[in-house]
Amino acid sequence: MSRRLHIEVFRYNPLDPNSEPHMQSFYVNEYDSMTLFIALNIIRDEQDPTLQFDFCCRAGICGSCGMVINGRPGLACHTQTRDLPDHIVLHPLPVFKLIGDLSVDTGTWFRDAGARIEAWVHNDHEQFDPKAEEVRMENDLANEIFELDRCIECGCCVSACGTARMREDFLGATSIARVARFYLDPRDERNEENYYQVIGNDQGVFGCMGLLGCEDVCPKHIPLQDQLGIMRRMLAIHSVKGILPKRVLEKLQHKGCCHESH
Amino acid sequence: MQIIYSDLLCIGAGLAGERVAVEAAKAGFNVTCLSIVPPRRSHSSAAQGGMQAALGNAIMGDGDTPDVHFADTVKGSDWGCDQEVARIFADTAPIVMREVAHWGVPWNRVEAGVHTYYKGGKPFEAEEKLEKHGLIHARAFGGTAKWRTCYTADGTGRSVLNTLDSMCLRYEVGIHDRTQAETLIHDGENCLGAIVRCLKTGELKAYLATATLIATGGYGRIYKATTNAVICDGGGQIAALDTGLVPMGNMEAIQFHPTGTVPTDILVTEGCRGDGGTLLDVNEYRFMPDYEPEKAELASRDVVSRRMQEHIRKGLGVKSPYGDHLWLDIRHLGEKHITTKLREVYDICTNFLGVNPIHDLIPVRPTQHYSMGGIRTNRDGAAYGLKGLFSAGESACWDMHGFNRLGGNSLAETVVAGRYVGKKIVEFLKGHTVDFKQSAINDAHAKVAARIMEMTKSSSKQESAIQLRDEMHSTMMDNVGIFRNGKDLQKAVDTLDELIDRSKNIKLQGTAIGFNPEISLALRIPGMLKLAQCTAYGALMRTESRGAHTREDFPERNDKDWLNRTLAYWKEGSTRPELKYEDASPYFEIPPGERGYGGGKIIAADIPEEKLRLPKNSAEKKKAKQTKKAS
Ligand SMILES: Cc1cc2nc3c(=O)[nH]c(=O)nc-3n(C[C@H](O)[C@H](O)[C@H](O)COP(=O)(O)OP(=O)(O)OC[C@H]3O[C@@H](n4cnc5c(N)ncnc54)[C@H](O)[C@@H]3O)c2cc1C
Ligand code: SF4
Ligand code: SF4
Ligand code: FES
Repeated sequence: MSRRLHIEVFRYNPLDPNSEPHMQSFYVNEYDSMTLFIALNIIRDEQDPTLQFDFCCRAGICGSCGMVINGRPGLACHTQTRDLPDHIVLHPLPVFKLIGDLSVDTGTWFRDAGARIEAWVHNDHEQFDPKAEEVRMENDLANEIFELDRCIECGCCVSACGTARMREDFLGATSIARVARFYLDPRDERNEENYYQVIGNDQGVFGCMGLLGCEDVCPKHIPLQDQLGIMRRMLAIHSVKGILPKRVLEKLQHKGCCHESH
Repeated sequence: MQIIYSDLLCIGAGLAGERVAVEAAKAGFNVTCLSIVPPRRSHSSAAQGGMQAALGNAIMGDGDTPDVHFADTVKGSDWGCDQEVARIFADTAPIVMREVAHWGVPWNRVEAGVHTYYKGGKPFEAEEKLEKHGLIHARAFGGTAKWRTCYTADGTGRSVLNTLDSMCLRYEVGIHDRTQAETLIHDGENCLGAIVRCLKTGELKAYLATATLIATGGYGRIYKATTNAVICDGGGQIAALDTGLVPMGNMEAIQFHPTGTVPTDILVTEGCRGDGGTLLDVNEYRFMPDYEPEKAELASRDVVSRRMQEHIRKGLGVKSPYGDHLWLDIRHLGEKHITTKLREVYDICTNFLGVNPIHDLIPVRPTQHYSMGGIRTNRDGAAYGLKGLFSAGESACWDMHGFNRLGGNSLAETVVAGRYVGKKIVEFLKGHTVDFKQSAINDAHAKVAARIMEMTKSSSKQESAIQLRDEMHSTMMDNVGIFRNGKDLQKAVDTLDELIDRSKNIKLQGTAIGFNPEISLALRIPGMLKLAQCTAYGALMRTESRGAHTREDFPERNDKDWLNRTLAYWKEGSTRPELKYEDASPYFEIPPGERGYGGGKIIAADIPEEKLRLPKNSAEKKKAKQTKKAS
């Protein structure tokens, strides 16, 4: 019943001048309910203590363990070996800076993106009155905002994105969805022009080719396609303001979300 | 060696660390946060349930006040908490929930009208009030008189952490992730910062700061089976303990959750049992009614965990390559219920266990979940023993939880303490300068560098860190679990004595230039063994049962002798902590009494009259507040 798994892992230590990128094979016995989290830890505990990879929550909620599993970006802790063939090939996520072996620096990438899109609610934070009741909000809206807050910044979508692989400064679907989160939030006082400044360009929505590799691989099933459509439409309309007559603009605005290329 | 200066150094960037950081950065101070992982991956992100605060908006929380929340917290703690702190917490929690709402947390909101809710597995209807429509809603959690747990769907920790991290970005807090604090820099009186290992390059750096905060979360990884993330290894507590000056409070107070899953110990919610799930043994026999005829699976967390362990000990557990476990059966609830009301459980089972709970049994066992103990601080969050050192969140023993924390109270603690302690740190920074003595920096650096050098180079050493970790895990699981007794605890203490000795001889198995993950474990293990010993030895010496600390040989709660807090100090070279004790609470706004659940005999204390009321000045303040409110 039990299989012997052949796990082939990308090895490279950029800090070691003698290290060359190569693939290394490990073999482990498969148990019931085994995940790649368990398999990789067995390898590190029993076969090679220097193997680099990242796990934290091991429950699919922190986003640490993104890697390319048999050609497809995904979360390793979330992947059961029984869903894979007995030959498993693991690579680090592309686009991000390699730290070593399967470990990449998503933290720096996401913080940089967050700073560029100013990923915080823009209001007068000092104006909080501890004695006042909270500003009311519809529960449905709260749920909609939370839907976009569910992104765990694993980087899988960025790794699967053709644009991100070609241009280093592309913000990726995750950042555009993050902007959509603030756009949706009435507590954020930014207007369309402000958003245009941050993503109304080739590093943002206009760099996206709409091939949707991103949504396919998102382990949290964030509706990236809808958000890209909504933001592209909002900004496109904004960019022709003053060119098109107001009546036409209004009409366009009410057409809802666009899925033009899909 | 690179040196980085800040006004405030936050070791840890989970909810507690980031909340403190925001407070100091808003006041104009230069703040740096360290974290093993990017901040949003901190374990706070895993908390799905919610945060308790007595807002009283939900109909099932109607009439709730901080007084009721305070009383629930004190009872929950089995009178082990510091009541002054629990009071600060309960009074401040509602403000903090509104504040994070102002910053962007999408709390679920009250929707006026009739809704169907569940209690004890049974549906009932309740009507939310129109005048509360759109205010922050609340759900039920164990051990509370009212529904007061604020939540954002199934991702409270995630959304609050996102919001605080966004505020750190907004206020330009320096975030240095993939860093690990190894030791504190101090001159015997003042804490001056920390020696930190970069987890990208392996390099050691000195972070100097006027104030240092430890907010590194729990230390569940001293147990094999824990719901905690793999990085919850107690690094911050170890750094504080190693100074020999700063004590740990109540390390024996450890919470276990009945339904961690096997093999990866991911938590499945109490809702399974609430909705009618049952526990089965190796013969697929439902055993809980034999132990607890009345409540069966629905007895409190600690009671169910204890009974499960007892049953496994009788040899009635299910054997597996990952150790013995029991079964959780929810099959009879049916596909519709499981895929809607218990969707999260369905997802965990199918994604991580390869088990379909509609047709299969779920492997579960009681699992370490929360550390009530930690770095002992005063009510301002200032650590005992070193000036300029603070702690907040799960790493601290601020001590609002005593011997048992309520669900929803720890996540709330991180932000409430974060705000309160943050303000105290700002006061401290305004009135304080410090002299960064070069010798203290050099000593601290030399200590860490020497340890790394020895385990890399020395030929006389041969212990494997992995082996020591595994032995610690098994002794903690077998002897310092849910049921404790003198004989087993003594065994654990003796074993840990030996492991601590052996840990001086750790030798690396492999070599790597730059960052080597094996060094991370090898550096951590000696300290984790010390934390384990504080837990085991504290438990051995505490000859009573209180909250989560259950002694089979001393089943009473003994207020006469043990209405106190354990303080564990570590003297270098020793294999055991030195224990001291202090009063559990400066005064008892609520005098020790029955919890109203869990049963058990109480040996009453003689508490002097003046300790049974609020001290004069705070009683006056409270009265003044009430008259002001009334007018
Ligand atoms: C599965 C699970 C579910 C839970 N659900 C709930 C719930 O619903 N409600 C509730 O009230 N509580 C819940 N809890 C408890 C609660 O989540 C935690 O107590 C709380 O989040 C701890 O927050 P923290 O900020 O203190 O620490 P953490 O969020 O754990 O953050 C610790 C930080 O310290 C850093 N760190 C650690 N060591 C070092 C070091 N040596 N050097 C530098 N940085 C370091 C880490 O990188 C991290 O940034 C749950 C816990 C678990 C395990
Ligand atoms: S749709 Fe856009 S963001 Fe998504 S993968 Fe394609 S190019 Fe990248
Ligand atoms: S959008 Fe999805 S794939 Fe992309 S970072 Fe977020 S969770 Fe990961
Ligand atoms: S380890 Fe957290 S998502 Fe995999």
